[in-house]
Amino acid sequence: MITLTHYLVLTGILFSIGLVGVMRRTNLLMLFFSTEILLNAVNIGFVAVSHYYGDLSGQMFAFFIIAVAASEVAVGLGLLILWYKRNGSIDLNSLQTMKG
Amino acid sequence: MYEIIAFYVFSALTIGMFTIVVMSKNALYAMSALAGGMIFISGFFFILEAEFLGVVQITVYSGAIMALYAFGMMFFDTTREVKEHVRAKKISYTLFILSAILILVILSAPLFSENIQATYPTIENVGNIQMIGLVLFTKYLVPFELAAIMLLVAMIAGIVLASKKMDFDPHFDENAEFLQEVK
Repeated sequence: MITLTHYLVLTGILFSIGLVGVMRRTNLLMLFFSTEILLNAVNIGFVAVSHYYGDLSGQMFAFFIIAVAASEVAVGLGLLILWYKRNGSIDLNSLQTMKG
Repeated sequence: MYEIIAFYVFSALTIGMFTIVVMSKNALYAMSALAGGMIFISGFFFILEAEFLGVVQITVYSGAIMALYAFGMMFFDTTREVKEHVRAKKISYTLFILSAILILVILSAPLFSENIQATYPTIENVGNIQMIGLVLFTKYLVPFELAAIMLLVAMIAGIVLASKKMDFDPHFDENAEFLQEVK
């Protein structure tokens, strides 16, 4: 029988994968992909808790997280395209203008 | 039995896909793997009887967001391998350990949360989509409309940011000069 703990373990593993991606990626597009993984992992956790406690709030929160992810991608990709046109690179190190 | 098999298959597939996203050097492979992982996550939502969120996951994530990424990647050079040099090993090792602690906390969280009361309990003999509609349009109406405004603002911001200097017309300036001469 699959319990809530199974889903929480899965959420933890997926969140850690996303966290590793955020840490080791320096390409901004790949960094965006890693943030999507983080949001999705949290969504699974919310829906699992919502199912096992018979509460709809978790699904509502997952729904709003999806809306936030959609708007994040729209604005973030716009900024990314603008930065690429200006600098010709979407590497994180190209954002370092102050050499400290 | 069916549920157990589905859970483990989808878990393995999702973890594999997301590992490819994190580890791949090719941006196109990473994006395709991310789209696949999103669809497999919607499988979890269907197992958990959240059909509405499963459908929203497929349409919004795999449809809209991945299409947006695909359009965005047309601006970047994706055939070339992504060059990344990772330095600061000490920081990354520290953060790996921190993420391991995070897993432990998530595992042990249900042990300390026995007295959870359902704020909006699920109703018997009512479908998932109908229940979501009932709760969303009564209790969560204001956040829902704020989310709509947020999406509108994000859409306008995306269009304005991405289309800057895109529609460069060489005759535009001549027209402006012509109009000024007329005046």
